[in-house]
Amino acid sequence: MITVNGSPHPWHDGMTVRKILEEKRYTFPLLVVRIDGRLVPRSDYGETTVPDGADVDVMHLMSGG
Amino acid sequence: MTDTGFDVAGLKASHRPVSEFRYEKRPVVAGYNDRTLYVNVGDGRIAEKPVSADTRAKFTGGKGYGLKLLWDAVTPATKWNDPENEVNIATGPVGGNTNYPGSGKSIVVSISPTTGIPIDCNVGGYFGPFLKFSGFDALELQGRAERDVIVYIDGDEGVVKIFEAPGEAVDSHVLAEQMVAMFARDENDRQHISSVSAGSGAENSLIGCLNFSFYDKRRKVARLKQAGRGGIGTVFRDKKIKAVVVKYSSLDVTSNNPADLAKLQETGLKLHREIIELDDQQCRMREIGTAHLTEIMNEYDLLPTCNYKFGSSPDAEGINSHAFSAIVTHGLPDGCWYGCTMACAKAADGFELATGPYKGHKVTVDGPEYETVAGCGANIGVFDPRVVLELNFYCDTYGIDTISFGTSTAFIMECWENGILDSDRTGGLEITWGNGPAALELLHRIGRGEGFGLVAGLGVRRMKAYFAEHYGADPKFLQDIGCECKGLEYSQYVSKESLAQQGGYSMALKGPQHDEAWLIFMDMVNNRIPTFEDKAEALYYFPMFRTWFGLQGLCKLPWNDIEPADNASTDEPAKVPEHVDNYLAIYKAVTGNDLDREGLIRQSARVYNFQKVFCIRMGKGRRIDDLPPYRMVGPVTVEEYESRADRYDKQLREQVGVDPSGMDTPAKIAALRAYREDRYEKLQDAVYKRKGWTREGIPTIETLQDLGIDYPEVVEVVKPLL
Ligand code: SF4
Repeated sequence: MITVNGSPHPWHDGMTVRKILEEKRYTFPLLVVRIDGRLVPRSDYGETTVPDGADVDVMHLMSGG
Repeated sequence: MTDTGFDVAGLKASHRPVSEFRYEKRPVVAGYNDRTLYVNVGDGRIAEKPVSADTRAKFTGGKGYGLKLLWDAVTPATKWNDPENEVNIATGPVGGNTNYPGSGKSIVVSISPTTGIPIDCNVGGYFGPFLKFSGFDALELQGRAERDVIVYIDGDEGVVKIFEAPGEAVDSHVLAEQMVAMFARDENDRQHISSVSAGSGAENSLIGCLNFSFYDKRRKVARLKQAGRGGIGTVFRDKKIKAVVVKYSSLDVTSNNPADLAKLQETGLKLHREIIELDDQQCRMREIGTAHLTEIMNEYDLLPTCNYKFGSSPDAEGINSHAFSAIVTHGLPDGCWYGCTMACAKAADGFELATGPYKGHKVTVDGPEYETVAGCGANIGVFDPRVVLELNFYCDTYGIDTISFGTSTAFIMECWENGILDSDRTGGLEITWGNGPAALELLHRIGRGEGFGLVAGLGVRRMKAYFAEHYGADPKFLQDIGCECKGLEYSQYVSKESLAQQGGYSMALKGPQHDEAWLIFMDMVNNRIPTFEDKAEALYYFPMFRTWFGLQGLCKLPWNDIEPADNASTDEPAKVPEHVDNYLAIYKAVTGNDLDREGLIRQSARVYNFQKVFCIRMGKGRRIDDLPPYRMVGPVTVEEYESRADRYDKQLREQVGVDPSGMDTPAKIAALRAYREDRYEKLQDAVYKRKGWTREGIPTIETLQDLGIDYPEVVEVVKPLL
């Protein structure tokens, strides 16, 4: 199990940042992702794997009108 | 007829001069003229007024100037349609520069027909900058003419004229073209003309908007941007003003006479590069503008669907950004002011109208913006992009706010669904979910001021009272589902799952528009502001920060609809610190004055608190006025609760501490409601405290003193309430 934005989320082997975004349906383009406080560059979402027990922060920057 | 399609000579021959005023032309100095223009269309007076050093120091410009002039013009007893009410238009010191993207906004203020308190709108088009370069930091329009007039400001010659204009059109897409044809010498001169106008719908409803034009020399058409909210177009037509026109032909990078042009250019260049390099991967503003939000809001359950009952629909694909991208014209520099590389002012060209007085005409439709797609689309159950565009076009040309029209029509449709309305009461119109032709016909009836159109044009608050009084509808149910606060219709986001946004909406001074704060992601998705105090801090910072755009004549979009490549690694990415620093830099480059982050917030806080006291002076602005309808807080109906039963049941268990098993849905709704309403009250307490207000939402004397706005007439308003 990992934590995504403070809520528990099931973990599986080889889980990448991109996979988390897909599972959470986080489609907003302006995201800031941190795993245990460490920033993940947008270009690395597909390759960066997330360890079990990680605290994942997916910050959506504001937009709108 | 001429080759412009208008009998300009005939129109001119019908004009009757009312008055004329000549003024000395002077260059702008570091973003300011230090004078404003007063025009009274009732008695023909035209005058210039100096701006005092104190006003400039305390009110900065833009919305600050507009509100100060309005305060001085009205009394607590003034109603929207009293001649002393004003329509004030201003840009700010930074406004009008052509170097930094998003610098051409005008800010309009008036006493609103729907709320009775000051309303403000931030709008594109060329009018505000041209007004400034013609010699005035703000325009005050007061009085009421007996017959239709046009006000013409010739910034090239230094002349202002009022004349009666019986022949010109009222609807904006025709009138804006007439103004360009009338006042431009030749084709090249057309880009130097900008007009402000409303339309026939603004005459016949309380939800009228203003259209600010800018001439698109590539399309060869006068395009329109809207000052939409709160019925300012209705005030404008009540004054019998057809148009206010400005002409200014000498625009260049030095027109705003900045203190440090090189620094301004350098800062602008940095943002131009950022937009060109990154926008395609970020918000696609240059491709489709704010309409890129539709599918995102649908995905996050935030797209208002069927009067905010739901936050998404499987049919939303029909009106997503790709659907509109296929219709709008691409490859044109769609900035609503010079130098805006964001270029989000999209338009569909050659759009053939299927209904109404202009049926069969091929027109350019400005937009659609996200708010229009949501309000005239999903929120009324319409998922046909051509119906949305047609509603968009007619709202604009009739001078009707697309947001208020959408929210009002959604309310009507839900009233129909609940048997409160039927075809006898609507004059034969079946105003049901998804009935695009009926929505269009309703709009045409508002435009004509006919039958049920007159009722719909009153807006949601007055319709609630009307349906209760005339049709015996339950006032409590109407209050729950009628999405307005203070008399203004909500803009187009579902706020049920974000307490902070509930506050951002209903504690907004003018009414529930999202331009004070949009906190849904920060609150609901990021879970970054969990406590009442965290939410209150966000509801302090963001409204203050965003007020600043309105003081300066700036557009909000280039602040956070584009972000620097390294924004993620900054301390507070949500504030986009590099862009905040850009704003401090361009402020100094224009005015020559230093400003730090704290100073920026203080500039805003002065005007924000002044506006708050102004609302109180006009009889609102109290705690009770900040209460939202329950539809914007939680599920009102069984259908609504059961559509997201898992979510709500979980909340009952985990947050409310109630076991939902064995409870029927009405009991669950009641339990959730008690919890959510209590939390909203607690949020009010925290926000008022953070803003330096009493528990009743009244700014304290200390707050006013600290901000330096403890003028006797301001203190006099709050004192009895402390
Ligand atoms: S970002 Fe869009 S709305 Fe804002 S100034 Fe630029 S073109 Fe106009």
